[in-house]
Amino acid sequence: MAILHILTYPDECLERISQAVEYFDDELRNFIVDLEATMRAGPGGVGIAAPQTGRLQRIVIVDVSGKPRVKNHGRLVLVNPEILAWEGHVLGREGCMSVPDYTGNVMRAERITLEACDERGALLRYELEGYEARAVQHEIDHLDGLLFLDRLVSRHNDLFRRKNYQGKSEV
Amino acid sequence: MTATTHHWFMLTVVGQDRPAIVARITSALYEGGGNLGEASMTRLGGNFTVMLMVYYAGNTDALVKLIAPVCESLGLKLHVDRIEGQLHRHPEADVHITVFGADRAGIVAQVTTVLAEAGLDILDLQSDVAGTEDKPIYITQIEGRALQGVAALETAVQILDGKGMEVHLEPIDLMLG
Ligand SMILES: [Zn+2]
Repeated sequence: MAILHILTYPDECLERISQAVEYFDDELRNFIVDLEATMRAGPGGVGIAAPQTGRLQRIVIVDVSGKPRVKNHGRLVLVNPEILAWEGHVLGREGCMSVPDYTGNVMRAERITLEACDERGALLRYELEGYEARAVQHEIDHLDGLLFLDRLVSRHNDLFRRKNYQGKSEV
Repeated sequence: MTATTHHWFMLTVVGQDRPAIVARITSALYEGGGNLGEASMTRLGGNFTVMLMVYYAGNTDALVKLIAPVCESLGLKLHVDRIEGQLHRHPEADVHITVFGADRAGIVAQVTTVLAEAGLDILDLQSDVAGTEDKPIYITQIEGRALQGVAALETAVQILDGKGMEVHLEPIDLMLG
């Protein structure tokens, strides 16, 4: 297991489109172990995408289970993820290990339907919402060469309330 | 020009809003060898206000000399302070608070006093007077750190809310990925 080096803006790897994974072998699984260790090594990180470490393949890991009061599916390894459906939109605050010392507001779909392979190549379908859906959308953006900076919305728009009124009614 | 002679300064510029203020000030600084740091520029009541960090090799007088002609030609007031600058150390806000009310000129003072006692460290505050002259609406948006925890601020907000104003607090759940 190794902690991988995280590329930061303006590294050109972060702007390139990653390729689909073809072989679900031990090499892939070893890389996923390293990728997960790298995500967990950074304080507060809940997601990581392979191109952030310079590997231009469509691999994402998300785990928001450490956040209190957040619906989650635990540790998600998403290989060749495909968002099949988007629903609603909500503003939230994002930061990125590849863009140190900056956070900003980004609009994301509130709920997504997702298909992805696990590390053994089994195709799985997920219904994700809220914070977890946000994390997955942020990471899939990395696979398409996009950073949250490409999607910034003004910090001074108070659009949090709408989201959180909905959140409160669920609690 | 060596790095050791550079210092951080805070430039404050205020005056009647007019086109190209930002372009002319920042161009003069750039051409005079000043590096821009973080900045906040906004229009307040028809005035344009600039707070701008500048990294500059000379002293305060030299920086004033560099920028004063531009400010004079635009009718702007200029103030320069040498500061201890720090980049790349943004603390993260963990709460967003919205306050609004009608006909309550003291709203910002009252709210910030109560929230400060409950441990709010303000990182950003925007206050506007909307509505009309005879029916003003005071709207304030605050972001900050909850130094005594979010629950303490939530209690403070409950005390304020409904007393001639509406106060809402929402935690900011940063997603880092
Ligand atoms: Zn990221």
